[in-house]
Amino acid sequence: MAVILLIGLIGVAPPTHVRAYDTPDDGGGSIMVEWHLSQDDAILDGYEIYRSNDGDVYEKVGFIGRNRTRYEDSNTEDGENYFYKVVALKDTLKMYSQASQPVMSSPQWFDLPKLNILIACVIFGGLILYFVYHARKGKELYIRKIAGLQAIDDAVGRATEMGKPILYTTGTGLIGDIATIASLNILGEIAKKCARYDTQLINPHLDPIVYTVAREVVKESYTQVGRPDAFDPDSVYFITDLQFAYAAAVSGIMVREKPATNFLIGWFMAESLILAETGASTGAIQIAGTDRVPQLPFFITACDYTLIGEELYAASAYISKEPLLLGAIKGEDLGKLIIGAALIAGSIIGLLTKLPILNLFK
Amino acid sequence: MKKTFPLFLLFIFGILGIIPFIVPHPIVQDTNNFLLNVFLKILAAFALILGLGSLLRVHMDKIKRKRQNWQYSWVLIITFIITSIIGLFGGVTGEGILPTRIGSFSFDIWTLYFNIEVPLGATMFALLAFFMASAAYRAFRARSSEATLLLVSAFIIMIGVLPLGERISHHLPSFTQWIMDVPNVAAQRGILFGVALGMLATALKIILGIERSWLGGGGGE
Repeated sequence: MAVILLIGLIGVAPPTHVRAYDTPDDGGGSIMVEWHLSQDDAILDGYEIYRSNDGDVYEKVGFIGRNRTRYEDSNTEDGENYFYKVVALKDTLKMYSQASQPVMSSPQWFDLPKLNILIACVIFGGLILYFVYHARKGKELYIRKIAGLQAIDDAVGRATEMGKPILYTTGTGLIGDIATIASLNILGEIAKKCARYDTQLINPHLDPIVYTVAREVVKESYTQVGRPDAFDPDSVYFITDLQFAYAAAVSGIMVREKPATNFLIGWFMAESLILAETGASTGAIQIAGTDRVPQLPFFITACDYTLIGEELYAASAYISKEPLLLGAIKGEDLGKLIIGAALIAGSIIGLLTKLPILNLFK
Repeated sequence: MKKTFPLFLLFIFGILGIIPFIVPHPIVQDTNNFLLNVFLKILAAFALILGLGSLLRVHMDKIKRKRQNWQYSWVLIITFIITSIIGLFGGVTGEGILPTRIGSFSFDIWTLYFNIEVPLGATMFALLAFFMASAAYRAFRARSSEATLLLVSAFIIMIGVLPLGERISHHLPSFTQWIMDVPNVAAQRGILFGVALGMLATALKIILGIERSWLGGGGGE
């Protein structure tokens, strides 16, 4: 009671050193306000932030709890001057700070905190291009064997011998997903094999754009191997853009058509297990591949071969054996080596800082 | 020209896709939003027409040739026509030119979605429980040393997250958490590093025209 009376008599201390500045690395329309805490911060309700265009009339733009020293006003007009005051608030008692210097927001052309990502991308991109350049000069590159990709020839051959179709699904990803694009690359190579062996290909789709692209990919593959007449336009078709309706439809195809080989390669969600288990129950050889870590255990469990993560991206190069594409894989591997070395070095340094011996160097 | 022009377009739009990541300026962001939200939707609308055309063609052909289970194709075509009529005349939420109700059932897409599509989707999703049981049986057969390791760790985790685990040993729940947080996360991160680099390489290969499988492969003009 005595404290409340005292506060009523002498008030609360206002925040000090109010500073306003244009929010860095943004697209404009935002100003950052910072201040030093009020000496009575512990008993405050919080801080109110006031803004003015002319330094005379202020309007409230926000409130933030106590023990906070920063507020982002993300509703400003670029190129217009603003003054800010921060108010210490206790019940109905308000204590205004000094006004900040005038400040204006403006958009930036570069997001500086992302510079490290850009540099890393440039370095890894450079490595990949370096190895592509070397591959172009004819340097032979060794690529480790990937069981899932080695089995593709057997899987296509089995379907041909049995006179049964091959089912290829790119999953439920959209054309913006890199896994879907990688899957389309693999589809092109498998379509070539189907064209050579005259094996029927079934390729149902969830996304109309992916369907349109896949249709062209398969058609071009048939043309590339000199069998444009063998291309069946109805082998690549759109089903639905609903996830579980698609899963039901593809499961139905597996049960009715009984494909000899199922390729489940691309971007998958919960339907991965439905498709993989249904395929396994029909006795088909199943080759799956995805970069979605939560779906990998389902594929590993229910499929004969699984392309894990990066193997999906390496598949197209592995199947086509094109030197330029193989060069890119070598670049990826070196990138992983660098990341691995950095992780080991970071772990060692992190462990060493715990050792008492390092105190000797202080 | 047949391949050069798509590759040229791909290079331009590939670069346009990278720039908004590092340039926050509204000119760049607005252009990116236009490409993603407006341009892509227009493209998707045209692709949808092609997609529906392909779906109908496949099923018409199935009926024409009386292939196996051709009767079900009629179900698809009839429901397609009914849904189209309801969508065109009843609208999405009943604001169409001919809003019709029979009792509490209003003829619009929203009603169809919630009364037919959602329960059917939920049914498929519910089937996952049975698929998981059968997949778990397959995974937990100790056929190799890796499978045995999987079986043992899965058993520890299943017991560890139950109240029974705490009863057996006070250390079991924390050991379970350690398996989830350390070996599990380490393996996932290893995969994710590979995936990230693979994505970068694939994107670069496609933008620079090195990867052309999506064009049917080869380097012809």
